[in-house]
Amino acid sequence: MRLTVVLLLIALSVVSLFVGVAEVRVSTLWSDPEALRLLAISRGPRTIAVVITGGALAICGAILQMLVRNRFVEPMTAGTGQGAALGILLVTLFAPDAPILAKMAMASFTALATSAGFLAIVQRLPPTQPLLVPLVGLIYGAIIGACVTFVAFQADLLQYIQIWMNGEFSGILQGRYELLWVAAAVGALSYLAADQFAIVGMGRTVSVSLGLNYTQVVVLGLLSISIVTALTVVTVGMIPFVGLVVPNIVSRLAGDNLRLTLPMTAMSGAILVLASDIVGRLVRYPYEIPVGSVFGILGAVVFLWLLYAPRRHAQ
Amino acid sequence: MIIVTDLSHKIGTAPILQDINMTLEKGGVTALIGPNGAGKSTLLSLIARLVPIQTGRITVDDLTIGACPTDVLARTLAILPQVIDTAPLLSVRELVGFGRYPYHKGRPTAEDHAKVDYALETFQLTPLADRRLETLSGGQRQRAQVAMTFAQDTDYILLDEPLNNLDIAASRSLMAILRDLAATHSRTIVIVLHDINYAAAYADQIVAMKSGQIVATGSPEAIVTDRLLQDVFQTDPKVHCLNGKMMVQV
Amino acid sequence: MHSKRLCLLALFLGGCIAGYLLLGARGNWAFVLPFRGNKLIALLLVAIAVSTATVLFQTITQNRILTPAIMGFDALYVLIVTILVYLLGGQVFLQLPAVGQFVFNTTLMLVAALALFGSLLTRARGDLMRMILTGIIFAVLFRAITDFLQRMIDPNEYAVIQISSYARFARIEVELLAIASVLTCAALIATWRMRHRLDVLALGPDAAINLGENPQRGMFQALIIIAVLVSVSTALVGPMAFMGLLVVSLAHMITPTASHAVLLPSAALISAITLVGGQFVLERVLGLSTPLIVVVDVVGGGVFLILLMRGKRR
Repeated sequence: MRLTVVLLLIALSVVSLFVGVAEVRVSTLWSDPEALRLLAISRGPRTIAVVITGGALAICGAILQMLVRNRFVEPMTAGTGQGAALGILLVTLFAPDAPILAKMAMASFTALATSAGFLAIVQRLPPTQPLLVPLVGLIYGAIIGACVTFVAFQADLLQYIQIWMNGEFSGILQGRYELLWVAAAVGALSYLAADQFAIVGMGRTVSVSLGLNYTQVVVLGLLSISIVTALTVVTVGMIPFVGLVVPNIVSRLAGDNLRLTLPMTAMSGAILVLASDIVGRLVRYPYEIPVGSVFGILGAVVFLWLLYAPRRHAQ
Repeated sequence: MIIVTDLSHKIGTAPILQDINMTLEKGGVTALIGPNGAGKSTLLSLIARLVPIQTGRITVDDLTIGACPTDVLARTLAILPQVIDTAPLLSVRELVGFGRYPYHKGRPTAEDHAKVDYALETFQLTPLADRRLETLSGGQRQRAQVAMTFAQDTDYILLDEPLNNLDIAASRSLMAILRDLAATHSRTIVIVLHDINYAAAYADQIVAMKSGQIVATGSPEAIVTDRLLQDVFQTDPKVHCLNGKMMVQV
Repeated sequence: MHSKRLCLLALFLGGCIAGYLLLGARGNWAFVLPFRGNKLIALLLVAIAVSTATVLFQTITQNRILTPAIMGFDALYVLIVTILVYLLGGQVFLQLPAVGQFVFNTTLMLVAALALFGSLLTRARGDLMRMILTGIIFAVLFRAITDFLQRMIDPNEYAVIQISSYARFARIEVELLAIASVLTCAALIATWRMRHRLDVLALGPDAAINLGENPQRGMFQALIIIAVLVSVSTALVGPMAFMGLLVVSLAHMITPTASHAVLLPSAALISAITLVGGQFVLERVLGLSTPLIVVVDVVGGGVFLILLMRGKRR
């Protein structure tokens, strides 16, 4: 199955290179310098950005689900994404000339603060009501989102908000996506801590009795989630549900051993976002539909399915 | 008289009740007993039209369940609802007042007020009349609900495991009230009970059910026997006779 | 006790209305008053529609944290308008008379709401959290499809939808206001006639049956009224996620009663105070440019979170 996933990812990446308004043909690729330039400046970076975003968001979802011990949450809709947007908005408002790294740091910081807030709320919820967690998450995210809208309205920055709130890859060019490599690195690093996250997912008591520094792992997890989410929101905007849908599907297909499934989760995330992006490029050709809109529909439908389809027990 | 004819009920494909035939005469207290899943509550819900009938027929006096308008039935038959915790903002008087709704549809007359007062008096709730339900103990709340069913002034009163969550004092007092309703107010009481001892002590008649069928009907002395308990509940407690009442040693 | 509080609320609303109409008006009164008057009527209609729909919804579901907006009714209305423009084309859609458009949308809304939520409310009754979550995801899905379709539509026709589903406060069509008033009044009269039955339905389906009320029939009628009221408010000003929850929660605090004869007017008054007074304070006193709805959503969302966390899930 792993092989199928790898092949699918490669196939879709190739398709992504050749889909778009300007025509690029495989046959004339080597004789046409213009086409090569297009690949290097636009299509290539775009494809890489999509793959990194999809993979990193899926990993973030898996980690957050471990941290709050609930399958129905993900950072983009549970406050982290909105927190990142709030951070950039504040920087844009008060220090518009700050270097991009400072903006990033601020976005990551507010994202971290809002996700820590979410975690604190979740820990007060009764464990007997598992669906309360996603519910609270969605409302929490919506409230922070409304705060963002409020500030944006006052500062007349609504257009910016639209860019951050709805993920889109059409603006990705060489020189405007490289920050995402950081997200890729963070995602890869968190793979090293996969076992720790899996243990944290079994609860505080188990973690402590296994000799794990619970708080440290939780902070590490929140940090990686916040950085990846902030980077994604700044470069491409919010893509809801990736972090929710993908880990759930993978868990149903391949079980819950995080160390084994995390690469699958990352690749599946990349595949789904890539497919959505390609659909968005083709369905209203030559115009584009943002990947956030496409994935919003896909994600909501899968979410409903997850909510009602009885979970097959492990064979 | 409640007459149940050829009643069967399924949930999905699982049969809950199979070919029930039962006649309950007017008057007295009838207890439905049986192990979990025997279909007692379903039978009661079907009589009370809480669940639509699938096959079979139930009549209460000359009213046919399902065919008779529901607001007409509400003046003949009442079921004690599960403890209402969804509307904690009601006062005791307001709750008991709802018992008159089938008669006045929201516009109470002087007679309705009088009946509510009488019900409060009968159940010693007058001092609590203006208290909120949420401030009452479980036993008091249960009593308020019985007062509401009493105010509904129906010949038949059905109760589904009313002793759940009640301590022994509240349970005994409720059962005594029900006996009194049957004796002095000539109401017909049908009650689903978990505890055989309460059934044996307070019922005039016991209907024993098992796997969706009626196994036996009769007086407590005839029903509460070693053999029948073994047969119905698959357990073998000792049955004693104390002062003419049957008692199961647990 | 309740009637006194209702009177106080009414007086307060009167003050808000006077302030809204009169304060800060410069120049030509003949121009200002009708302009503000129309806007005021729209605000009042929306306020009462939202509060009444929310009370009805909470009664038929027997809990205090569900509202039509949270369950995606508003989003459904916007989606229906978008689908119509997508299928018919913006020009055709615009050529329909405003009244026809509105009635058509509302009818579709009714059918869709009954089909979707009728079965959801009956089936998922036992599991409240699942039901709310389903509703919220429905809302997300409706918005996502709306967004998708809007981008499939020509930019010119896209403008049509923006007119028909958002920002009516800026310029209110008198014709639409008239039909909205008629529909709201009809729905309110129907609700008021149901008030005693609603008291009984609020006790839960079993208790309602026992007292001779048919809960299915009551729920069906309430859903029809809700669909009409949501259509009115959404068509006039657009979706308002937490407004209903906020004002009805306030009503439960100010006039704590289960009687709909008190609760309905109390919620309506508080709702009107929130919209008219809020608009007045925001626009005239603070001079903020943010739409009131954004503020209401932040506060209402906070109330929702608190209700959820306090365990008042019923």
